[in-house]
Amino acid sequence: MRSFEYASPVTKEQAVGLLGTTWGQAEVLAGGTDLLALMKDDVVHPKRVVNIKQIKEMTGVSVTPQGLRIGALTTLGELADNVNVVKAYPALAEAINDAASPQIRNMATLGGNLCQRPRCWYFRGGLGLLPKNESGKDLVAEGQNRYHAILGNDGPAKFVSPSSIVPVLMAYGAAIRVVGAHGARDLALQDFYVIPKTETQREHDLKPNEIVAEVILPPVHEMKVAHYEIRQKQAFDWPLAVAAVGLTMKGSQLFGSRVILGYVAPIPWRSGDGEVALNNAARIHGGISVEVAAAAAEGALQNAKPLSHNAYKVQLAKVAVKRAILKAASEGAA
Amino acid sequence: MPDYNWPDAEHRALIGKRISRVDSPVKVSGRAKYTYDYHGANMLFGKVLRSPYAKAKIISIDTSAAEKMPGVKAVEIIQKVGTTAQWAGDEIVAVAAVDESTAEDAVRLIKVSYQPMSYLVSDAEPPAGAGEAAGPMSEDDLDDAISNQMPDAQLIQHLQEHGVSFKVDDDFLNDMKGEGASEAVLAAIRSAPYHQASGGGHSAYQKTAAQTSGDPDKAFAEAEVVSEGLYGASVIAHCCLEPHGSVSEWTDKDHLFTHISTQNVSGIAAQMAEPMGISAANIRIHQDNVGGGFGSKFAADRWDMAAARLSRKAGGKPVRIMLERDAELKVAGARPSAYARVKVAAKKDGTLTGWQSQSWGTGGPGGGGAPPIPYVFGIPNLHKEHTAIRNNIGPARAWRAPNHPQAAVITMGALDDLAAKLNMDPLDLWVKNLEITGPRRDVYREELAIAADLMGWKEKWRPRGQNISGGIARGLGLSIHTWGGRGHESDCDLTIHPDGSVDIKMGTQDLGTGTRTTIVIVAAETLGIPIEAINLYIGDTLYPPSGGSGGSTTPGGVSSSTRRAAVDAREALLAKVAPALNAQPADLECVDSTVRVKNDPSRSLNWKQACSKIGAMPVTARGHNDQVASKNHPDLTNSGVGGVGMADVEVDTETGIVKVKKMVAVQDCGLIIDLKTAESSCYGAMVMGISYALFEEKVMDQATGRMLNPNMEFYRLAGLNDIPELVVHMMTGKGYDERGVIGLGEPPVISPGAAIANAVANAIGVRVSFFPLTPDKVLAALSQTQKAGA
Repeated sequence: MRSFEYASPVTKEQAVGLLGTTWGQAEVLAGGTDLLALMKDDVVHPKRVVNIKQIKEMTGVSVTPQGLRIGALTTLGELADNVNVVKAYPALAEAINDAASPQIRNMATLGGNLCQRPRCWYFRGGLGLLPKNESGKDLVAEGQNRYHAILGNDGPAKFVSPSSIVPVLMAYGAAIRVVGAHGARDLALQDFYVIPKTETQREHDLKPNEIVAEVILPPVHEMKVAHYEIRQKQAFDWPLAVAAVGLTMKGSQLFGSRVILGYVAPIPWRSGDGEVALNNAARIHGGISVEVAAAAAEGALQNAKPLSHNAYKVQLAKVAVKRAILKAASEGAA
Repeated sequence: MPDYNWPDAEHRALIGKRISRVDSPVKVSGRAKYTYDYHGANMLFGKVLRSPYAKAKIISIDTSAAEKMPGVKAVEIIQKVGTTAQWAGDEIVAVAAVDESTAEDAVRLIKVSYQPMSYLVSDAEPPAGAGEAAGPMSEDDLDDAISNQMPDAQLIQHLQEHGVSFKVDDDFLNDMKGEGASEAVLAAIRSAPYHQASGGGHSAYQKTAAQTSGDPDKAFAEAEVVSEGLYGASVIAHCCLEPHGSVSEWTDKDHLFTHISTQNVSGIAAQMAEPMGISAANIRIHQDNVGGGFGSKFAADRWDMAAARLSRKAGGKPVRIMLERDAELKVAGARPSAYARVKVAAKKDGTLTGWQSQSWGTGGPGGGGAPPIPYVFGIPNLHKEHTAIRNNIGPARAWRAPNHPQAAVITMGALDDLAAKLNMDPLDLWVKNLEITGPRRDVYREELAIAADLMGWKEKWRPRGQNISGGIARGLGLSIHTWGGRGHESDCDLTIHPDGSVDIKMGTQDLGTGTRTTIVIVAAETLGIPIEAINLYIGDTLYPPSGGSGGSTTPGGVSSSTRRAAVDAREALLAKVAPALNAQPADLECVDSTVRVKNDPSRSLNWKQACSKIGAMPVTARGHNDQVASKNHPDLTNSGVGGVGMADVEVDTETGIVKVKKMVAVQDCGLIIDLKTAESSCYGAMVMGISYALFEEKVMDQATGRMLNPNMEFYRLAGLNDIPELVVHMMTGKGYDERGVIGLGEPPVISPGAAIANAVANAIGVRVSFFPLTPDKVLAALSQTQKAGA
């Protein structure tokens, strides 16, 4: 690992003041489960590392009229065990417990999970976020892309968004609070993610001197949420496809839906196609059934464009959507 | 002459019982020390600059900036200008510095210019018509073979059979010597016949000689049924949890002390002597524990030589080079792939009559050997061809039961497909053909019956694709396997001290397989004392030499040498004790920590009293096991085992994800010293089988020439939740015990993969041809059946 300057601010204001104005100058250290590996592998080499773990106001979970406010430094382990999460957002607790290993969940923070870098093997091998060969050809398209994007992959970015938790947070309608040099701003979590067009951009809407301070989960009213993850190993493994759905239901009637896919696109993929297909099918069939869920899955993936080695992921993503819908519909059905 | 024979069943207090490994407490408490844990005083850290290209000529190397950097103590060029790097990750320059990050920074300051060359990292089926018959070797071929660490035996055989295409002179031989060619290889080059080269380039595809026996054409013409299929196993890495590496220090200008992670403590000094320019006697090798080798840790590797040279340049300070995880996966071992198109001819009753195969695979730059197919079953009429692919994925190394798991998945897959075509239960087809499995046929028969019982085979088995419910397909599969396992050369010194303490010294190693436990059980059994009373010293060239732990040779070797040493030491003790008991030595026995008169136990001395009769000086006896059976009188070890593996799997037909639900292993290995450790070997082998069948793959990228998954997240190994119910049955008693001790390292890892592949075919109704059985391949196979059905 290369030498770096280390700063350990105690307030958000100090923290953002220590960050640079272009990406790569400084990196934020929270749990370190991603950053340290990136630094050891020489994928990122910041001149300064800003440890934010001393910022007490960014920890803790509190119940407010706007919903659950979760400090970005809350560890995944704490969050999965939090009584309010277990009670009101059980699909989130389940998604967290499916992620990584207990050791990592005890270190990794929610904010870090939102901002973690892609697992693309070209990126992790030091060949760049939008890797090209010496003659300018797209390495992902030319090379081995079995784990890469099947949606949103028209541009140079073909990696997949790495969080298996963000889809379920989006299904719950999560918002986040971002703090920067000019104060705080709130935005919907789904608006936080952007597909980079150039090597110097990141996978989200943060400016280089902003940090994620808080995640806000609105109260759950009539919504049933479920998360379904497809992965090869039952033990610690990165998923091949993830789906999270939120179904607003009264009795067996569906009034609205959110369908979000993970591991299929460079961003967590809110599927308008899937939601339309689901809502229409549910209306025609008068509720949720296997046929309705399958129709939604077909709709969600109708515009998928697989690369040379990942057509199988279309099928996996369909199954994830279908099973997540059926799981959500059966939640509390008794 | 003393009686060295193993005691019979009534006289075994320890041998064959379930005894916990003697090194378990230090392992589970973290006190066991590995080479990785060794930190010498003033130790320097070595780091290696590696080729980013899969194949590139080195044009220039500039180390000046690195040498000037504060904290850098030595720089060593591993491959000089003009050499061709043969795989991404190939070692170019090594640096030693005061700490790891300084060494890494220094490596980044080294400027190397390369001339990239075209490369191949694929092992896909060779294009039709590709491939050249093996021809005489050119200067470049030899240079490649030596720099790629092609095994001596293979190289010498090739030189003898095919000769060289140029006039060999002393300059060339000196160059080869400088590249590390052994004396045996130099002699083979010198005496190789000259043949005119057939001209043309050097093809990546090398056809080995076709083999024919019997009359395959007739067998296929007369066949009542012919089954065809495609089967294979991908390249996997050894992925040792403790990576390869060593710490070397020069204790004075002529003496080297190397701590190394190895399977071959007694064999390393001889490999380092010539390159270091000192005699092997001046090299001490030490290792307490090794964190996995699986066949990849027999050599002092390039990086080990570099560490020793860096230490010499740095005034003798210890220099450590332990591979990083990515280097471990890229360069420190690959199991060759093997794939085959197979046709099997049979009668309607399942009797096998013919085999045809075209196989191919890669072992990296050396091409790799042909798998022994058809495996176990000696099918009477056969024709087979093999093409070795020479490519740039890094060098192959022996992997637990070299070539056998690949041969098993090909052969057992082909027979399983045949059974399906005949609507036969594969268990019946296997039993039907046991006559052609050779000397272990009755063992297989007995084992198959036991395994079927433990699996509940007859109750659970359904014809292919007929056990699917709710999108979940269940299936059973089986495989059988064989291995040698005779004991290797081993010397053991056993000392009985006048105070009753006992020590054993042996230059062996314990790979975590229970070698320590085996040795102390044999000694304690022979001396009639508890295993805790034995002090065991292994893992050092200060102790008598014992063979490398490969090919399942260790249990036989160390148990035989220990038994002989212990019997001789016991005889010497009894000779001293006999007068005190007023008896002849031959009338005495060592039982329950006493020395007593056989027919009159009241005349006895406890162990300590007895040993006090030795006198002032301890008694030491040397036991020797020869790897040549006929030189051992009596021979305490044996060769040749049979085993069975069965798997019960569940496949999600929508996602293609395979879960193993239960596995059964039934295995013989002669006289078992420690039943618990033997069973553990089989449990571990099944876990390894699940990993290579479902998860492991060295993913090579033709776009970059690199391995894409040199890490523990995308180089997948089974985790706890992926391990199902595992059932082991070891064959013991009459017919097994009297054979003597046979090693167990390789055999149980051969069948699990093939059994899983067959179980998946049984579950989903169609063959998934190649390991690993990942969702993309399973779904592709399933879609073929849907198309066929539509």
